[in-house]
Amino acid sequence: MKKELKFLCPNGHLGFAPTKEESYYLGVKEKPDFILCDSGSDDIGPVPLGADICTSLKSTQTHDLEIMLVEARKLGVPMIIGSAGDTGTNSKVDMYVEIIKDLAKKHKLPKFKLGYFYSEVDKEYLFKKIEAGVEIEGLDGRANLTKAELEKTDRIVGVAGVHPYLKLLEMGADVIIGGRCSDVAVFAAPALYHGHSPDLAYYLGKVLECASFCAEPYGGKESVLGTITEQDVKVKAMHPQQRCTVASVAGHAMYERSNPFYEYVAGGMLDMSQCVYEQYDEKTCRITGSKFIPVEGKVKVKLEGSGKVGERYIGIAGIRDPYTIKNIDKVIDWAKSQVKDIYGDEGYLLNYLVYGKNGVMGDLEPVREIKSHELCVIVEGVAPTAQMAEEITMTGTRQMFYARLPEVKGTAGSVAFVLDEVIRATPAYTWTLDHTVAVDDPMELFKVNMMEIG
Amino acid sequence: MKTKKLADLAKTIRSKNAGTDKITFDIIFREKENYELVKNSGVLNNKLICSLFNIKEKDIADFVEFDPAYAIKFTIFRKKPSGSPGESDIFGCQQYPPLLDVEIPIK
Repeated sequence: MKKELKFLCPNGHLGFAPTKEESYYLGVKEKPDFILCDSGSDDIGPVPLGADICTSLKSTQTHDLEIMLVEARKLGVPMIIGSAGDTGTNSKVDMYVEIIKDLAKKHKLPKFKLGYFYSEVDKEYLFKKIEAGVEIEGLDGRANLTKAELEKTDRIVGVAGVHPYLKLLEMGADVIIGGRCSDVAVFAAPALYHGHSPDLAYYLGKVLECASFCAEPYGGKESVLGTITEQDVKVKAMHPQQRCTVASVAGHAMYERSNPFYEYVAGGMLDMSQCVYEQYDEKTCRITGSKFIPVEGKVKVKLEGSGKVGERYIGIAGIRDPYTIKNIDKVIDWAKSQVKDIYGDEGYLLNYLVYGKNGVMGDLEPVREIKSHELCVIVEGVAPTAQMAEEITMTGTRQMFYARLPEVKGTAGSVAFVLDEVIRATPAYTWTLDHTVAVDDPMELFKVNMMEIG
Repeated sequence: MKTKKLADLAKTIRSKNAGTDKITFDIIFREKENYELVKNSGVLNNKLICSLFNIKEKDIADFVEFDPAYAIKFTIFRKKPSGSPGESDIFGCQQYPPLLDVEIPIK
C-alpha cells in the first residue's frame, strides 16, 4: 500500500462549465497519483436523461477531458471520470470513449488501456423483479415502484458504487469512463484499491466531489487536491486566492444533501457525525473521524428514471400597463379559456410563469403583491403531438394580446411580444424513478469493458 | 426588542436540490456567536418555515443544527419533481430569499 495518495479534482461536474486552467496546472505540479472527477448529476432535471441528450457543451466536455488526459498520461497516472455526459447513459459513455480516442490520436499518446462501464438498466429487468415480488423501494417518500410508473419511464440508470471502478482498476485501466455512479465512488474506489480504509476513502470522495465548492471564497471550477493517509484526509485549494478552511469543508458536507451527517452509496453509508475538522495549514483542512458502515444484507442500488410527458413549446409575452399588471390573473384566465374553447379541458398542460409576480418561486412565494412595473410571462404548452403543443402554446400566448379588460386604456394589444412565434423546446419529462433495487451481485447492473488505445 | 436580519448575521444563505424531490436550505455563519445567537433564539423553526413558504409541516423533510459548520439546515419536499412541466427552478437555487429578512432578536 502506498501510504500517501494524492487526488487532483479539477471540476465538480466536468463539461458543465470549463475547468479553470491556472489552478488545474498548479495541481498537476503537485504530482497527483490520480486525476479524476465526475461529469453528471440528477441536478439538471429529468430532460437530459429522458431525451438522452447532454446539457453540457461538447466543446467544453472535450476541453476538460483533453487537459486531464494529456496530463494524466504525461504523469503516467490513472484518469477517472464518473457519470459521463451529464447523465451517465450508455450513449454518453460511448461519446466520451470516442472523445478520448480522438484526443489520443490528436496528441499521439503512447498505448494505454481505456476501461469503461455502462449503467443503464433495462425496463424488462425491473418488470421481472416486480413480477417476482421484489420491492423496488421508493426514496424521499415515494411509493414503491409499480408497473404503471415503470411503463411511463423512457430511460433508467443505476447509480453505481465503487464496484465497477475497482473491477476496471484490477483489470489495469489507465483511463476509466464511468456510466452513472455516486460522485464519491470515483474517488473512493482508487483509494480502496490501494488498500486504504473505507472510513477515510469514502470521506475523501465526499469532500472532493464538487472540487472548489469545498473552498472559500466562493469560486467554482477551480481544482482541489485531496490527500489520503492511514490517519487522515487532507484537502487543499489549488487556486492562489482560495483556501480550504474548517468552515468551508464542514459546510460542504451539507451541500445538496438533506442531512449533513450521512451519505448513502451502493454498499453502505458514510457517517460524518463524528468528523473532526482542523486547519492543517493556510490552504489545507485536515479531517478525521469519518466512518463507513457497510450495508447489512444485499447491496441496494439507486435508480434514476425519466419519463416523457409530452412535446413542448414555449411562448413569451411582456406587460407594461399597470392596470393590466394588476389584472394579470384575468389576462391569463382569458387566454386559458380561449385554449379551452378549442381544445377542451384535458389532454394537454398549459402553464404560465409570471416573472415579476411569482415566476421563480410559484406557490412558495410569500410576496403576494406585485411590485414590479413590468412583467414577463413564459407560457409552456405540453401535448402528445408537436402540432398540438404548438397550437395550444400559440393560442395561450397570442390570446393574452386580446385579453378583455373593461377599463384598459390601450386597446391595440394587451401584451408585448419579443417574437411573434412560439419556440419548440425539448419534450417535457418528469422523474419517474427515485428508487432502490436490491441486487445479489453489485456488478449485476454494470457491464465493464476494456480496450487498448494509441 | 432589538432585532437583526438573518442576512446580516449569516455568511451564506442558500437553497439547492437535494435529489429530485427535495430542496434543501443552508444558513451558514462565520462566527460561532452568531450561530449560537440564531440557534438559541428559536426563531428558525418548522412554524416559521411553513409560514415563509406557504407550506405544511408534513412538507418539511428535515431540520438539522450542524455545529461543526456553524450551520442550520432544513429541507422541504418539492410540489413536483425538479424539472417537471410547470416547475420554475430546476436546480432549486433561488428559493432562499424569503429567509434573508427574518428578524432575529438580539440582546
